[in-house]
Amino acid sequence: MDLHEKSAGGAIVAAAAGRIDLSNADSFKDALSASLVRAKTALILDLSGVEYISSAGLRALMIVFKTAKAENKGFGIAALQPLLVEIFTISRFNQVFPLFDNVRDGVAKLAPDALSQLDARS
Amino acid sequence: MKVIFWGTRGSLPTPLNAKAVRKKLVNALVKGAGKNLDTPQKAEAFCEQELNFAEGSTFGGNSSCVQVDVGGPDYLICDLGSGVREFALAAIAKHGPKQPQTYHILVSHVHWDHIMGFPFFIPCFIPGNRIILYSCHAKLEQAIRGQNHEPCFPVEFESLGAKIEFVTLETDKAYDICGAKVTGTPQMHGNDSYGYRIEKDGKTVVYTTDSEHKPEDKAEMQRAADFFQDADLVIFDAMYSLADSVSLKEDWGHSSNVIGVELCQMAGAKKLCLFHHEPVYDDARLEGVFHETIRFEEITRTDTKLDICIAYDGLILDL
Repeated sequence: MDLHEKSAGGAIVAAAAGRIDLSNADSFKDALSASLVRAKTALILDLSGVEYISSAGLRALMIVFKTAKAENKGFGIAALQPLLVEIFTISRFNQVFPLFDNVRDGVAKLAPDALSQLDARS
Repeated sequence: MKVIFWGTRGSLPTPLNAKAVRKKLVNALVKGAGKNLDTPQKAEAFCEQELNFAEGSTFGGNSSCVQVDVGGPDYLICDLGSGVREFALAAIAKHGPKQPQTYHILVSHVHWDHIMGFPFFIPCFIPGNRIILYSCHAKLEQAIRGQNHEPCFPVEFESLGAKIEFVTLETDKAYDICGAKVTGTPQMHGNDSYGYRIEKDGKTVVYTTDSEHKPEDKAEMQRAADFFQDADLVIFDAMYSLADSVSLKEDWGHSSNVIGVELCQMAGAKKLCLFHHEPVYDDARLEGVFHETIRFEEITRTDTKLDICIAYDGLILDL
């Protein structure tokens, strides 16, 4: 699965699109892990283009989140569609991951030094 | 085929305490204030119509025991949790203590909450009864005999009056038990656990508790879905949230409502029954999990609707 990635300072904003389920959860995890390697301070995942995520996709997020914590990097998820908000709530992942209404809020919280660069690009 | 739930709580019996009963009473009285509830009939109708399940009842606290009525003269039971005591009382009330019966009992595994009812299973004490314990678990007989032994219990296994037999089942092999076709499968759980698929007269029940499913493991997810294939009812270990089951409680051997829905959808099963409830969840929280699961099925449905229900001590499902 391809992620649309942009960097701002030491932070990476990675955007996914479509459905994340058992069929592509492994490639999603690999792509997200690669983005985390490139992120110096924080990885913000933009899910505004994702219409559905299954348990396998949520599990992939959990693995990357644990890696980020171990490497002392920030990890947050931004811009969930309403359906994804429900899935995160029902599965209780809303209590695990830092969730943000939009990418800018995520960067502001997890990588404030990168905010000016993000704003300059948008 | 009929399924009767005698114990539905996971890990440990969880009785409703005085404080919780009082809270339900106070809530009901406040909701019923000024409604002229001066007869049992009016009060019953009020409870039925105005209170949700958690307010007017309880999911119960007995540990796992499920009766599958396959229509013959003998009894078929899944697990010997504390709920089996109430099953036995009902069976004896129906037949009388002197009428010999045959009890076929499938045991998922030998963790204590799944065998703790056996020392109090009254049919064990009555000569003439025949009790056949089946499991794919190799240590069932050792565990049952060890439990009815000093210093854990004062009645030794050898002194029990009924004829008690042990049958070790092979996994993935069909057996005729109590007139039904029964097949066992290994499950991911500490010290081993087994699920059972029970088929009779075109109806299928899958009893799958104390089983963890790794959502990223495609082969294992598919194997579980194949075992559930086209089942009329899947009684499923939904003890944890998905988040807990892949983080804090990973490898603790239990699953979630979300995985239950996904597997049943993969399998084309007709009904999912949430089972083996987390002891720390009160009735209100379990009711919340139930409604969330209904919503999760709605938003993930592809074609056929999967019915969702949640087990409680005393629930009867007709298939």
